[in-house]
Amino acid sequence: MSADISRRRFVGTAGALVVAFASAGDVSYWRVMAATDVGGAPRRAAASRPGDPSAPAGEPPLDALDSWLAIGADGGVTLYSGKVELGTGVQTALAQIVAEELDFPVASITVVQGTTGRTPNQGSTTGSKTVQTAGPAVRRAAATARQILVALAATRLGAPVERLEVRHGVVAIADGGEASVSFGALFAGHRFDRAVDPHAPLKRPAEYTVVGQPSPRLDLPDKIFGTHLYVHNVRIPGMLHGRVVRPPAPGATLQSVDETSVQNLPGAVRVVRRGDFLGVVAEREEQAIDAARALRAVWGSGTLGSEAGDAAYEALYDRMRADTAPPESLANVGDVAAALRGAAVQHTAEYRTPYQSHGSIGPSCAVADVRSDGVTVWSGTQGAYALRDAIADLLGVPAAVVSVIWTEASGCYGHNGADDAAADAAVLSQAIGRPVRVQWSRQEELGWDPKGPAMLMQVRAGLDGRGDIVAWDYMVTTPTHASRPGGKASNLLAGQLMGRGLVLGTVGGDRNAPHSYAVPNNRVAVRWTHESVLRPSAMRGLGAPANVFAIESFMDELAARARTDPVQFRLRHLRDPRAAAVLERAADLARWDRRPSPAPRRRGSATAALTGRGIAFLQYENAFAYVATVATVEVDPESGAIRVRRMAVAHDCGLVVNPDGLRNQIEGATIQSISRTLEERVTWGPSGVTSVDWSSYPILTFPAVPDAIDIALLDRRDAPAWGAGEPAACPVAAAIANAVFDATGARLRELPFTPTRVKQAMAAAPVSSVSEGPGRP
Amino acid sequence: MRDPIVLTVNGTRHETAAAPETPLLYVLRNELQLNGPKFGCGLGQCGACTVHLGTEAVRSCTLPVSAVKDRPVRTVEGLGTADSPHPLQRAFLEEQAGQCGYCLSGMVMTAAALLAATPDPTEEQIRTALAGNLCRCGSHLRILRAVRRAAPPRRNGHKERRP
Repeated sequence: MSADISRRRFVGTAGALVVAFASAGDVSYWRVMAATDVGGAPRRAAASRPGDPSAPAGEPPLDALDSWLAIGADGGVTLYSGKVELGTGVQTALAQIVAEELDFPVASITVVQGTTGRTPNQGSTTGSKTVQTAGPAVRRAAATARQILVALAATRLGAPVERLEVRHGVVAIADGGEASVSFGALFAGHRFDRAVDPHAPLKRPAEYTVVGQPSPRLDLPDKIFGTHLYVHNVRIPGMLHGRVVRPPAPGATLQSVDETSVQNLPGAVRVVRRGDFLGVVAEREEQAIDAARALRAVWGSGTLGSEAGDAAYEALYDRMRADTAPPESLANVGDVAAALRGAAVQHTAEYRTPYQSHGSIGPSCAVADVRSDGVTVWSGTQGAYALRDAIADLLGVPAAVVSVIWTEASGCYGHNGADDAAADAAVLSQAIGRPVRVQWSRQEELGWDPKGPAMLMQVRAGLDGRGDIVAWDYMVTTPTHASRPGGKASNLLAGQLMGRGLVLGTVGGDRNAPHSYAVPNNRVAVRWTHESVLRPSAMRGLGAPANVFAIESFMDELAARARTDPVQFRLRHLRDPRAAAVLERAADLARWDRRPSPAPRRRGSATAALTGRGIAFLQYENAFAYVATVATVEVDPESGAIRVRRMAVAHDCGLVVNPDGLRNQIEGATIQSISRTLEERVTWGPSGVTSVDWSSYPILTFPAVPDAIDIALLDRRDAPAWGAGEPAACPVAAAIANAVFDATGARLRELPFTPTRVKQAMAAAPVSSVSEGPGRP
Repeated sequence: MRDPIVLTVNGTRHETAAAPETPLLYVLRNELQLNGPKFGCGLGQCGACTVHLGTEAVRSCTLPVSAVKDRPVRTVEGLGTADSPHPLQRAFLEEQAGQCGYCLSGMVMTAAALLAATPDPTEEQIRTALAGNLCRCGSHLRILRAVRRAAPPRRNGHKERRP
């Protein structure tokens, strides 16, 4: 580790940003050197190879090797990645893939990420797709580069390619004594000027020495020494501080503003109004905060309705149930109605999940410099190119003059406020003609970030006399889970305040609505509702965590009706050996005791904690990673509080690139999902969102974190590498609900599982169910 | 014109023209360019802004700069560097304890104050000390391991020397 520390010293001790521009006359001349970019890369052709018809203006062409890789003057390798680091460690995983195919040290690879004009447009960094989709692209680029470099080395060393071997970026003649040449000596500062070769020879996974081995994360040293460059640290000459004055509630319109209310405040305060967009700019950050608080504005009423808290949710779910939008069929096999009529047992349930917030620890932040000749935006966005186009649309300038420079933000778990903050800064900078930094407050972040929306899952099924599922009928009612800017100002908060209407589609709420079980009569449908009180968008897993919560809780209910062990019941209905493998592995890891739930209740103190275990399984998007999770919980029968003691996760995402990075993701997804399961619910009332700080929107804290998370990675070296940021988040809620049922006989069907709800469910639970002996359904 | 407020941060004396009620965090970040302490909530609820005031871990987002007085301020940049890491920083690296990293300097500073006062803390003491430091990525178990690693039980005789 010490070698890594000393190398990183030179890479980013300042954690700040140096900006220089050769000429103010042309935005393409802007040279922005982030502290993370010292690979000594050769001059980047900002656009494309001359005459290349395939590359959109301002985007490095995807088929050109120079768009992906460069050997710098210092011999270091730079990877240009359109996918960005959101905290998940993909930067290191991608560097490992390059290191493997190129035979170059991981720690000497610099990754430049998400910058328009400099990195390839690989779309947004979303959906657990970076290793899965960008991995193969980066691998081919590295293999192409290796082929070219080895051919050059053959000429230089006067030996045929077959006699050469590459180690740590040095090409040597096998058994050739000291004859060798490094990539740097061969090629430093040169351009490849070649296309990526889709047929470049790739290493066989059996030969891997870097991929599949734990690799320390490239970004962690700077993060631990406090020197990492976050977007929050970007400061550029002449920069002012801005704050947006938010309406009390969504939909409230601005009636009037009294600018005299801030005219005597320090900091040369300027007020900016664009329709319902209201902001202030001042010299110092604390002055901008004070001015935003002091500015007197009169707002109309919002669109959140008259109810608050529980009543608002009940009204929302009532409207969702009554929604008449025609369902979209996702699966329809056999005759579900007839099979239900003929079933020995029919079972029905409804599950509900609330609005939840990303809750990044650092609220959204951005810096924008809007000049007459060009626009530069620093943002933690997931999609630099999409944001570029949306900002251009918002400001009314051509996209060609807008540069977006991705700069890492606080942890990103989906579409949070990053793009909106960038738009805020751009509007303010355009209005006053100076660079502006906008830092959202905690209250803005929890109040105004796009929310993972509330969902309603209704399911019924029939069992035959043997306890097998003969019919399954599932309907999820959900708004869209995607309202990203996508190149349009209408989906930026500032755009909406300036009169553009939010455009909502139908995305993601159906993710994992289909189950993976063999059921002869099977109907699955999604009803896309327009009932979204708050702006809905993508949050880790989109609809999958809620759908898996419903499906896997219901499977547990059916197993209990069939008086069958929950693991056995699932295995009986699975045909895919990889699915069965994770279930069996998770059960082994948790020392699962095979018996039906609930657990036979021992006689003893009525106040002693009740313990139980529950399992849940999914295959992500019914096509990718397999995960099975076992929760072991304690329930305090007096308070209703749930304590998750231990989690066991079996995870198969194909080829594992960085096992320690993967474990970190699984642990993180599991802990965050315990938090979402036990504690998190956005609340609102007529005057806006009311869960706007960490006391009104609590998340899991250290004392409540489990004792341990046991993880088994089922590494499939010859299988494609699938994404792993989201899958492990999905089974957690059901695993906990099933464990609580095992412990208490009480079934929890609505997130979050607060002590009050647990007590209510325990009071309603049929006590007889825990004492009955085995029997037929 | 009021007199500038004088601060000693990481051993260096600074004057600030900030208004007395300005939270220390804004002076550290915007004037002194010390980016280790982070803005997380401005409410003293999340711990991302934690610095040391003397030997005490405090929330710089709610502490008026005028309240610092003559107590020395230390940020994570003053705790250790890549060249000379604090044992906790070394332990965080060895445990790969972090994802987005935004909470980490607050975690390290809170844990450093704990270990300075309680060199051999129990698991419960560590969890309680960190209860006010929020992590959203879910790196908690690694952070706990890192703190334990930096403070190995004395009875095992592996106690590391601290600088």
